Amino acid sequence: PGDGSGPVPGDGTDPPAPQRVLFPPTFSVSEIKNKQRRHFMFLRWKQQQRKEKLALKKKRRKEREALGDKAPPKAVPKTIENQRVYDETTVDPNDEEVAFDEATDEFAPYFNRQTVPKILITTSDRPRGRTVRFCEQLATVIPNSHVYYRRGLALKRIIPQCIARDFTDLIVINEDRKIPNGLVLSHLPDGPTAHFRMSSVRLRKEIKRKGKEPTEHVPEVILNNFTTRLGHTIGRMFAALFPHDPQFIGRQVATFHNQRDYIFFRFHRYIFKSEKKVGIQELGPRFTLKLRSLQKGTFDSKFGEYEWIHKRREMDTSRRKFHL
Amino acid sequence: CPQVVWSMLGNRQFCSYKMTTKTQNFCRNEYNLTGLCNRSSCPLANSQYATVREEKGRCYLYMKTIERAAFPRRLWERVLLSKNYEKALEEIDENLIYWPRFIRHKCKQRFTKITQYLIRIRKLTLKRQRKLVPLRRKIERRENRREEKALIAAQLDNAIEKELLERLKQDTYGDIYNFPIHAFDKALQQQDAESESESDAEREEEDDDEDVDKREFVEAEDSELSDFEDMDKLETSSEEEQEVEEEEVEKKASHSKSKGKTPLKGPARRKRPYIEIEYEEETEPSTKTKAA
Repeated sequence: PGDGSGPVPGDGTDPPAPQRVLFPPTFSVSEIKNKQRRHFMFLRWKQQQRKEKLALKKKRRKEREALGDKAPPKAVPKTIENQRVYDETTVDPNDEEVAFDEATDEFAPYFNRQTVPKILITTSDRPRGRTVRFCEQLATVIPNSHVYYRRGLALKRIIPQCIARDFTDLIVINEDRKIPNGLVLSHLPDGPTAHFRMSSVRLRKEIKRKGKEPTEHVPEVILNNFTTRLGHTIGRMFAALFPHDPQFIGRQVATFHNQRDYIFFRFHRYIFKSEKKVGIQELGPRFTLKLRSLQKGTFDSKFGEYEWIHKRREMDTSRRKFHL
Repeated sequence: CPQVVWSMLGNRQFCSYKMTTKTQNFCRNEYNLTGLCNRSSCPLANSQYATVREEKGRCYLYMKTIERAAFPRRLWERVLLSKNYEKALEEIDENLIYWPRFIRHKCKQRFTKITQYLIRIRKLTLKRQRKLVPLRRKIERRENRREEKALIAAQLDNAIEKELLERLKQDTYGDIYNFPIHAFDKALQQQDAESESESDAEREEEDDDEDVDKREFVEAEDSELSDFEDMDKLETSSEEEQEVEEEEVEKKASHSKSKGKTPLKGPARRKRPYIEIEYEEETEPSTKTKAA
């Protein structure tokens, strides 16, 4: 019958696989009806594949050594970041147009040091304990920020009051089923509004090996991987939350790291053990954000002008395409 | 006739509009005036009946009379009531003018209730509306998984450390951190490069002068250390020794940190503690020449 050549296995004890198993060319392991035998043949096939692969590797390595200096450079493995679809809005560091735009956009007063950031943190209606505690911790992390309870007030009416009291940014943490799951960040004097989906929120007590509480010093800010125009805007939005001059005595650093459209926020305390080694210790809450929409003016869901909305059908078509 | 209907539906037989609970019977008929299952409020068991119902924010008065009992299509007569509350009450009164007191009263009560809830609806729509957006399970799962993978790919700790070291190198921290070594290193390397190229000529002269001493020294070490590594090093020992001497002088000059970091030991690392005194005596003349 159409078995591969080789000894028939006894009950339970399989004979050692022959060196080179010759299967007839039209044979496929999946055609054997008997499960035990099929399993056995599959394992044998697998072993053979592995052997061939190893032999190939060895051969290649020998060739490489034989060539010595003339060997072609090692192939770089493909990663998602390598294979990323080129985004035409990627910012070139020397781009003048972008520099000019950024000098005249809504964050210009902040970057020209005309305004000091003052932030209002609030939640949606009736926040549960977890959200409240998260808000408090966020307020300790971001200097010059105040937490106010919502109490059923309409955002559209809060905003003019905030502008009157000199706030520069508004953060609204949306809550669902007792956990925070959304963040609306609005730059106040007429600035852009970004709506994020927030996930994996960890409060301070849930972080392992955390240090003491974050102090009142102004932390440094690290913004990683914001490459496109959109990413630049969002990066500047985050930068505008923190005062300009970090106090290095505090040795605290807040990081916004963008990877594949997910923005990871971490808050660390660092210490330089030597000039080539630094140790970091995580304090403070952590969360990840994913941008859902960016609006030109302040928060207005019906009549606002949207600069960017995440449209699932159009934008999620490729696994290698990222927007931030 | 209605009595027969009621005796059937009310207690004994089945009425599909009737809903019983522990304490009460309700009537689910849409034309029912009170909502309870009673002899006087059953629309099926009363040949003369009236209700108030609202449609799209407007209230209508529905009436049923005996004359039309044979024509189900024309059974219920509909009258639009005015939007004005008092006027509508008057309209109800004039339409149900000779009707039983009970029906008239209940109609007016029902109309009042309806207008009240319509007002509330209008008020609430002006306030903020909460829109419920359903989560899509597949998409949630996909995003969570992608987030995990992105987290792994991000290697946050490494990235942060690298960035901090970059900032240290670019001197953003100014003078706070006392690691003068790396600045020192650069200066030293420059100095080394210069001095080696300059003193190649010098070295040949010096070798002639100090060869005797150095050779003695070398031999002494040779006998005590029998490692091949050191043998190799000792072949090119003259240059190495000069470098070692320089390094040690620099070390003493800088009083560098004793954190166990010795990047400068390099080729001259001995396996046993070396005797410093001999080095010092030999190096003094050479350093003087180089400094000059």
